Amino acid sequence: MDLQARKLFDRSLTGVSIMAVILMVLALLVLLTPIFSRGLGAFFFSGTSEFRRLSLEQFNRGNAQAVAAESRAVTEARRPVFAMLAAFEEELDGLDANRRRELRTQLKEITGLLRELLGPLPGELDAVMLRQQYGQTRWDRAMVKLRRILFSEQWDHSDPNRMGKKVLVSRRQSFAGTRLEALFPYLEKNLGRMLQPRFTFYWRFLTDKSLDSHFFGGIWPEVLGTIYLTLGAMLLAIPFGIIAAIYLSEFAAGGRLVSLLRVCISTLAGVPSIVFGLFGLAFFINTLRLSSSKSVLAGSATLALLILPTIIRASEEALKAVPRAYKEAALSLGASPLRMVLTVLLPAALPGILTGIIISMGRAAGETAPIIFTAAVSVGQPLKLWETLSQPTPALPWNIYNLATEHQAVDEIRHVQFGMVLTLVLLVLLLNLAAILIRARISKKMRG
Amino acid sequence: MIQSIPATPRTVPPEADAGDRQAHVACQDFSFYYGDNQAVKNVTLDFPSYQVTAIIGPSGCGKSTLLRSINRMNDLIPGSRTSGKMLFDGQEIYGPRLDVVTLRRRIGMVFQKPNPFPKSILNNIAYGRRLHDRLDKGELMATVETSLKRAGLWDEVKDRLEDNALSLSGGQQQRLCIARALAVDPEILLMDEPTSALDPRATARIEDLIAELRGRYTIIIVTHNMQQAARVSDFTAFLYEGNLIEYGQTARMFTKPSEKRTEDYMTGRFG
Repeated sequence: MDLQARKLFDRSLTGVSIMAVILMVLALLVLLTPIFSRGLGAFFFSGTSEFRRLSLEQFNRGNAQAVAAESRAVTEARRPVFAMLAAFEEELDGLDANRRRELRTQLKEITGLLRELLGPLPGELDAVMLRQQYGQTRWDRAMVKLRRILFSEQWDHSDPNRMGKKVLVSRRQSFAGTRLEALFPYLEKNLGRMLQPRFTFYWRFLTDKSLDSHFFGGIWPEVLGTIYLTLGAMLLAIPFGIIAAIYLSEFAAGGRLVSLLRVCISTLAGVPSIVFGLFGLAFFINTLRLSSSKSVLAGSATLALLILPTIIRASEEALKAVPRAYKEAALSLGASPLRMVLTVLLPAALPGILTGIIISMGRAAGETAPIIFTAAVSVGQPLKLWETLSQPTPALPWNIYNLATEHQAVDEIRHVQFGMVLTLVLLVLLLNLAAILIRARISKKMRG
Repeated sequence: MIQSIPATPRTVPPEADAGDRQAHVACQDFSFYYGDNQAVKNVTLDFPSYQVTAIIGPSGCGKSTLLRSINRMNDLIPGSRTSGKMLFDGQEIYGPRLDVVTLRRRIGMVFQKPNPFPKSILNNIAYGRRLHDRLDKGELMATVETSLKRAGLWDEVKDRLEDNALSLSGGQQQRLCIARALAVDPEILLMDEPTSALDPRATARIEDLIAELRGRYTIIIVTHNMQQAARVSDFTAFLYEGNLIEYGQTARMFTKPSEKRTEDYMTGRFG
């Protein structure tokens, strides 16, 4: 190859590498930007008077007098709405039958939406469900409801050859000439006065329990559950993993059995996580009866199995990388093999072992499949430490999935779901950051 | 506890004035195998006490293997075995009742490349003592000071005992390793080419140190460097292809070797 061609080749290789790095950074940005921008919506949002009333009544938080004063102002602003509703209901009986039927259906819809927007209508009995006792706590959600009051969705099927088209019809036009016509401009203009939106920093989203399956409140049970599960898994996996690694790298003679053992560990690392989940259910719960049903203990044990191969392999590599000279020095001074391992080998291998632990900790915190059958429930209270032995828990990864797919009102609680995603990502990043800092400190100490 | 062995004829070098010296370490028909490969072949040899004995020979002649057999460092190698006898104070080193930990405490070792632990200077020296005794701070510091003084390193490091040992120069690191070995108060010091990784000045310091330690410890040193053997040792053993070719007082060996192969090696005709 002549010089020119080789230069060209070198340069193109550099170009490709730079491209790859840029691509990775872009992918990361594309991934993280929505997670952050939408996830932060759970913490920073425009909170309504309903939010403050809820905080006071459910969490005993906030200034009671201020909330009462706000409540009076809000009631005042809402009075015309209910007056218009009442007047229209009287008027309705006088309309001709066709129009009456149509408008009555719409009125029912509007009343329902108003109830969702502002809370129970005056004179109504207290609802059972918490979500029926309060209006919209978030201004962005209130705007969605308002839109649905102002416009009704209808389907245009006029062209039989094409799919139906959604059209928005202004309800103001539908109610033209009635006493309710004025309701729509009034709502549009005065909703701010009726709900008093104010910028809110709801940091307690992290530490509040959830109310009425995530309609209100925070995600503390999920956060705590994730912490329990992760720490439990580490507690079980780290000692076993490191002991196994010490055995494999130091004491196991290189027989066929040991090679087989290594193959088994490698295979275990490749087993899909859902298989671990089923195994956990079959073994820890059905066979060993660690708990009568799902529990944090069973989930932790399953997660521990999942991350064990990673920890064993990383630790074994780290132990093998310790210079032979250190071991010989310790042994020549009269250290028993065990003392040598504890005083020289493990400290020298610690940075490498920590790397394995970091990787598997992130994995344990984020895994969903292994805990579906062994530990996770969609709704639950924060557990006390001893309850983890027998009780199941909500956990972030599982509840993100649950809120996205199985919750009865997926659209209403999107912000909670994104808040959970952000929290999980931050939790894992934080765990990693802490471990990386610890590792850097140890390495620095060892280099001198 | 001590396995008594029948009195055996000693092969003290003929020129040694054997009077008050006893053989601390003695090989009797000793062989060492790596699998099928016999690295040390039927060597019979007494190492005189409180003297410096050098083992020389070309690469791969088994001199390091012989040295490492004395404190059983070769145990780590899978598939190795021995035959014949290796005695330490009359105790069979490869006997079934020997406690390796005690053996290694009494026989210190210094390796080819300086290998201080990645810990502070203080903890390097203290490591061996802490393994065997529970010492208070005062006793520990006394040990550290004595050992470092004996290794001629005290003046250089006394103000920085908490520094990481890896921050020392190569020669200082090797003297630290010697101090670390001395700290557990061994009777024998094995040195496996202790200066091969060092520059001439550091080498000279180590050689001076060996001269100072002579008489207090039995020193067995493996070296590639013929001049070094001539400078530091009282006795020299020449190994070739696992066989002990010649053994005698260094002064005589280097002037009038009785074996042709010894002479050839020393004059650089092979090796």
